[in-house]
Amino acid sequence: MKNGIVIENLTKKYGDVTAVDGLSLQVEEGQLFGLLGPNGSGKTTILKVLCGLLEPTAGSAYVGGYDVQKSNGKVKELIGVCPQETAVYASLTGRENVELFGSLHGMPQQELKKSTDDLLERLGLQNDAKRRVGTYSEGMKRRISLAMAIVHSPEIAFLDEPSVGMDPQTRRVVWEFIRQLKRQGKTVILTTHYMEEAEELCDTVGIIDHGKLIALGAPGQLKEKFAAKDLEDVFIQLTGRRIREGA
Amino acid sequence: MKLQRVSALVKVNVKVIIREPAALFMVILFPIVLTLFLGIGFGAVGGGQQSTFQVGIVDEDTSTAYGGWLKGFTGNLTSMQIIKLQTYLANETAQADLIQGKVQAIILIPEGFGRSCELFHRFPMNQSSWVNTTVQLYLDSGSMIVAQALPPIVQQALVASVYGTPSTDTFRPIQVGTPSMVQVARFTMFDYMAPGISAFAAIFLIMNVAQSFTEGRERGLLRRINTTPTTPAEFMTSHAISNMLLALTQVALTFTTAYLVGYRPLGDFSSFAMAFAITSIFALCCVGFGLITATISKSSGAATGIAFLFILPQMMLGTYVSAGLSGSMKDAGRFVPSYYVTDALTSLLLRGAPVTSPTILTDLTIVSSTSLIVLLLGVLLFKKYGKS
Repeated sequence: MKNGIVIENLTKKYGDVTAVDGLSLQVEEGQLFGLLGPNGSGKTTILKVLCGLLEPTAGSAYVGGYDVQKSNGKVKELIGVCPQETAVYASLTGRENVELFGSLHGMPQQELKKSTDDLLERLGLQNDAKRRVGTYSEGMKRRISLAMAIVHSPEIAFLDEPSVGMDPQTRRVVWEFIRQLKRQGKTVILTTHYMEEAEELCDTVGIIDHGKLIALGAPGQLKEKFAAKDLEDVFIQLTGRRIREGA
Repeated sequence: MKLQRVSALVKVNVKVIIREPAALFMVILFPIVLTLFLGIGFGAVGGGQQSTFQVGIVDEDTSTAYGGWLKGFTGNLTSMQIIKLQTYLANETAQADLIQGKVQAIILIPEGFGRSCELFHRFPMNQSSWVNTTVQLYLDSGSMIVAQALPPIVQQALVASVYGTPSTDTFRPIQVGTPSMVQVARFTMFDYMAPGISAFAAIFLIMNVAQSFTEGRERGLLRRINTTPTTPAEFMTSHAISNMLLALTQVALTFTTAYLVGYRPLGDFSSFAMAFAITSIFALCCVGFGLITATISKSSGAATGIAFLFILPQMMLGTYVSAGLSGSMKDAGRFVPSYYVTDALTSLLLRGAPVTSPTILTDLTIVSSTSLIVLLLGVLLFKKYGKS
């Protein structure tokens, strides 16, 4: 798979705690894949392994055809990562934050400016681009963080809870932005604990609980299979509890 | 290593410093304020006010045949206009006055002083004919200015008396038991402080680096940058360069401010170039200590406190602050890198030592090698234990 993702028997332990437990899955190129699960279920750990930030305890992962452990440098050239925490430079402006990450990916200056302008406009931040990010609302910081992840137009995007803490209107803007990524043929892995987000955006959803993949399929297929009205209902049937109650 | 990435990160590091008030104060405004404060408080604002030293002299040389040498020496001392001599018949009386602060120093002329001068004068090339003597200096150790200023002044007067002009000869029959090779100008207390202020200011880069790395870790910025193709070498190089630039800025600001409040250093272009170079190399040492601090610290708040474990010894033992310390504490200063920065800058700009003199080259070697070791240690420790 040129720009797809393959995970084989992935296990990640932190001491005695098993965050990911023998997980295997494949994400096709151009697919928008949702990792769905409560807080602490192992979603972020999976993304960190795929980005090369964490070494797996066992198993292997391939991103864009490259072994994450052996060809980490190649993988980093292919991916864009929007982390769960709002990792931005508060004393830089929105534009400066976005342009920094474009430069770190080696973008030529003209292309970087064009891409930054385009992203800021699409995310509704063009009027605030020259303001320092420290003065932004949390929702604006999340959108800048998204722009920083995508500015270099990566083939594969990892978006870790990209719309968490956003108001419904801003969330719609971000959803539309993610749909555009899919239309551009990008492979997107999205982690979320919002059922409606997964249903709205994802081609395929993997439901994770206690580090294990407990269900995999298109949202419609899963609902049909479990005769559920929504993905929340699927999760309740599988685990006996609501997804937002946590692990 | 890709220059675009390093350059982008250097710009960001500098912008973050300039735009964050606390960091801006510590790195840029603090050296200016400190220099202004010390310059106005201890210097020669308006150009020329200077200290006068009350110095006791005790003549224990009983031979009267060569009394002219002592007259020449005391004449040279008083001609500098900053020394007022008071003659004592007995060392005990002079020591009692020194303890009470009536005089700031005592010069003890030893038995055989005049003869020693005379024999050297007669047989300058025949060492076997010389008689060695040592002029003893007793200084008020509670006075920083006396401890720093008087030994070179006395040495200068002695050299001028015995040799006429400063000599490059290694062997001399008469020695003052203190450092030599100085060119005495019109000194104020600030003249002794000014060269070391740059080192003093650069030390605070430790806190800045530690906070930058711990905050980056807390906010997830280090992890985020680690998901880009940026290599650890590029990232660390950017921090090294940006802190060297900051150190250079500090030196420039310190000297400019000092100049504005009356400081007139010795030395030529090469002296200043060396002063800039040695301070910027010292910045690498501060980056290393900052990384070690960030490795130990769990939060940016803790980093501020822990940074002082590295800042205080360097500040107290290795900068102008150390001039008032006891002898053993001064010796301890040789174990901190800032001591060699201050020493080099003082030699270059106060004594006018050439950049190729052994003192400067030794200081440069020690600062360079120590900085490299501390930086490498900091990088290794942070990489292994400090990233999460």
